[in-house]
Amino acid sequence: MSIDVNCTAWQGFRTGEWRHLVNVRNFIQKNYTPYSGNGDFLASVSTKTAKVWKKAEALIIEEVKKGIIDVETDAVSGIDNFAPGYIDRENEVIVGLQTDAPLKRIVNPFGGIRNATSALEQYGYQLNPEIERHFRLYRKTHNEGVFDAYPKRTRLARTAGLLTGLPDAYGRGRIVGDYRRVPLYGTDFLIEEKKADLDRIDGPMTDERIRLWEEVQMQIRALEQMASMAAKYGCDITRPAENAREAVQNLYMAYLAGIKENNGAATSLGRVSTFLDIYIQRDLDNGVLDEQGAQELMDQFVIKLRLVRHLRTPEYNELFGGDPTWVTESIGGMGVDGRTLVTKNSFRMLHTLTNLGTAPEPNLTVLWSPHLPQGFKDYCAKMSIDTDSIQYESDELMRPMYGDDYCIACCVSAMAVGKQMQFFGARANLAKSLLYAINGGVDEKKGIQVVPDIQPDTDEVLDYPKVLGNYKKVLSYVAELYVDTINIIHYMHDKYAYESSQMALHDTLVERLAAFGVAGLSIAADSLSAIKFAKVRPIRNEQGIAVDFAVEGDFPKYGNDDDRVDDIAVELVSYFSAELKKHPLYRNAIHTLSALTITSNVMYGKKTGATPDGRKAGEPFAPGANPMHGRDKSGALASLNSVAKIPYRAVCQDGVSNTFSIVPTALGKSEGERVDNLVHILDGYFLQGAHHLNVNVMNRQLLVDAMEHPEQYPTLTIRVSGYAVNFSRLSREQQLEVIKRTFHEQM
Amino acid sequence: MTQGRVHSLESMGLVDGPGIRTVVFLQGCALRCRYCHNPDTWAAEGTAESVTPRQLVERLVRFKPYYGSTGGVTFSGGEPLLQPAFLAETLELCHEAGIHTCLDTAGCGLGEYGAILAHTDLILLDVKHYTPEGWRQITGSSMAAFDRFLEAAQQAGVPLWVRHVVVPGLTDGEEHLAGLETYLKGLKHIRRVELLPYHTLGVHKYATLGLAYPLEGVPPMDGTALEQWNERLNRTCVQADRS
Repeated sequence: MSIDVNCTAWQGFRTGEWRHLVNVRNFIQKNYTPYSGNGDFLASVSTKTAKVWKKAEALIIEEVKKGIIDVETDAVSGIDNFAPGYIDRENEVIVGLQTDAPLKRIVNPFGGIRNATSALEQYGYQLNPEIERHFRLYRKTHNEGVFDAYPKRTRLARTAGLLTGLPDAYGRGRIVGDYRRVPLYGTDFLIEEKKADLDRIDGPMTDERIRLWEEVQMQIRALEQMASMAAKYGCDITRPAENAREAVQNLYMAYLAGIKENNGAATSLGRVSTFLDIYIQRDLDNGVLDEQGAQELMDQFVIKLRLVRHLRTPEYNELFGGDPTWVTESIGGMGVDGRTLVTKNSFRMLHTLTNLGTAPEPNLTVLWSPHLPQGFKDYCAKMSIDTDSIQYESDELMRPMYGDDYCIACCVSAMAVGKQMQFFGARANLAKSLLYAINGGVDEKKGIQVVPDIQPDTDEVLDYPKVLGNYKKVLSYVAELYVDTINIIHYMHDKYAYESSQMALHDTLVERLAAFGVAGLSIAADSLSAIKFAKVRPIRNEQGIAVDFAVEGDFPKYGNDDDRVDDIAVELVSYFSAELKKHPLYRNAIHTLSALTITSNVMYGKKTGATPDGRKAGEPFAPGANPMHGRDKSGALASLNSVAKIPYRAVCQDGVSNTFSIVPTALGKSEGERVDNLVHILDGYFLQGAHHLNVNVMNRQLLVDAMEHPEQYPTLTIRVSGYAVNFSRLSREQQLEVIKRTFHEQM
Repeated sequence: MTQGRVHSLESMGLVDGPGIRTVVFLQGCALRCRYCHNPDTWAAEGTAESVTPRQLVERLVRFKPYYGSTGGVTFSGGEPLLQPAFLAETLELCHEAGIHTCLDTAGCGLGEYGAILAHTDLILLDVKHYTPEGWRQITGSSMAAFDRFLEAAQQAGVPLWVRHVVVPGLTDGEEHLAGLETYLKGLKHIRRVELLPYHTLGVHKYATLGLAYPLEGVPPMDGTALEQWNERLNRTCVQADRS
């Protein structure tokens, strides 16, 4: 069955390949209307939206106080396992919740039953005993599979904190379905296509083909369940959407299926604003929708995205700073034909921050290019200054590699929408690895041998070539171990917790990226610089472990645009990336690497002993690829220049995260000057091949006050490493670390 | 080879001249202004780094991508005019590299103004006072040196942003500001006037340097009180050009 190309749903759209096979990009390119104006056309919040948001916001504030609103304990995660739920039914223009009530969370035991029940217990809930009994008796989970296969060396690395944040007890996330396919084609057509794919991929039944066949069948069932779930809300998503409201609604239903089924760390949205603009523009042109109505659709959609929740353990929340879900939406960018992909709906999406107030989710990500229309650049800069809720990533860097229909998953991970997926791989601790090079592979905190065959360094003053040689040996070992670990995790995740609804919205022959990560880049670079340019004397305990370091003399520090040390940072990531690539990956995935720590830089610091750069044991690392706080002495541009040197393409191809904080008065004297200056900073930074920038424009004093009086700042949002958080939800340690960070405040 | 003494470099200064600017603080100042917030730049030698013009400009060029069409480099201090050969050579190299140049000065230098002004796009001129007596009271020096620089700058036709620090009890009040207005009306090439409210952010440096702070007890100036005067001076003293 194919769709009638003259159906009313597609009336007025320009034809193309997209009418005959699944090709959303082609549909966008043929039909979107670039917009080069400013934000003057935007409409304020509608009465209905204001009513719905008032109820939702009250619940969110209550949740911040209580930690959790409610959990559904009589059902487990699944696309169609929950009754429909509403916030304020008569005023909801876009409907659909994860469970039958707003902020009521889902138990997902497929990642790990122990983790799920422990999270429940800590919040004072209990899973229906019958369900728990069945799970424990009859259903093996991802977590159990992984631990059946982990070798001793992985367990050691995990215990010591050499590898942390591994998705081995919860959903891996970072998989972004092409949710646009559902409104454009309807699930019936998508099911037909998947069935046709089954015939196309028939052949000798190898491991890979058996796995793929099973998965595609699961995808087909997921699409059927998606339609059934939507029908309970009165939405028919089996056919193409007829108008803008249906387009937004059906797209949201596709996304909603994913977050009912999965609890992946990051459940990103993709790149939907410009796609939706096509439907909105058609309705505006036909006079069946006005600007207020268009904004209402986007506002109400965003309210739903702000209510996405997963059940996490309190330790998980402590690690990541609150309750992030990384509902990342990628906005703007340029097309390969030179036209901008900015539409009026790019503005509407950002305008939700004005209409609904600031919030950490959705994670609004602007794909920046110097060629973006000036009106849009200025608007983004103004919104950044007003809300601190936007991150920027270089479209110029990513477009040549991913085409012009890619999106960001989580914080910085680019992937072609519906054509690539990612095996998320947490991160390795580069600073700890350096200590292993000095301490013969023995962990400086636990005293256990984690890396074998490393000669302990007994020199009174550390010798740079010798330390570097041992460091590279350690990194080579870590790279191999890391690849092995990630292979195990994703083998088991596919087997026990497959994301069928999200993968149903990918091409059947999908390309897989495997994203490794590093933490402690600036610490490692500064430590090596200290060893090279100053005199570093280890202070060893009775077992010969260096527990502190005495540094004599000055040394260049990362963050001052000084090649002597910046080159060390570049050499480190290049070496580690090359080492990872020596080892083949599960399902022929492609190795990528990020310098991104989220807020776990605090946790990593806690687990790592004193380092040769003068950092004391337990002190937080700098986040992502940021220079260490207070060491960037030459001002903001020098700091940005250092980070811009970390290579993206072919090295840190999963992202180089940088967070930039500046006080308003240092950014310029008038609002106009501040906007102009911020635009120039972004242009200048990205022109040099930099990848990512979080922008915070705020006073340190405000954060200190918010820490002391959280009740007065229930919705204060700040950007951390790759995402935004509600400041009041950070732990005190994380709040102090954020306050300690460099705020550029030149007078 | 010419060497300069650089106290420090702020790669991103957004309040000293137009657009995004890198501010180079040159070491050494002969004035002892009572409200100075950078006493650490007074000594001719100090803890400055010694660099050649070419070395400095190589660092500055790294920031050029951020400048856009409005930004550039601002030479401040200390008093940049006290290192005339180094300054002139560095300014020329900046122009060769296509970088807009700005001079933040109190106008008390050692001459060689022709070479300096030839490659200066804008002067942030700190007018301490408009009478010789007032000028001496604030700086402890004669105003004659300032007049010589101003004369050279007016002849060279370099655009000016006039800055004037307003200190309670010293350079504030209607009468004083009206006097300033009359004085500025006599000058050409003024593009902007900035009244800078006195602040106390540099006071801690005095203790560090073991110096007594001359304006002990004077409160910081409330900036909002100056807004009307700022607006008036920008209306009455700024003209496109009177040449």
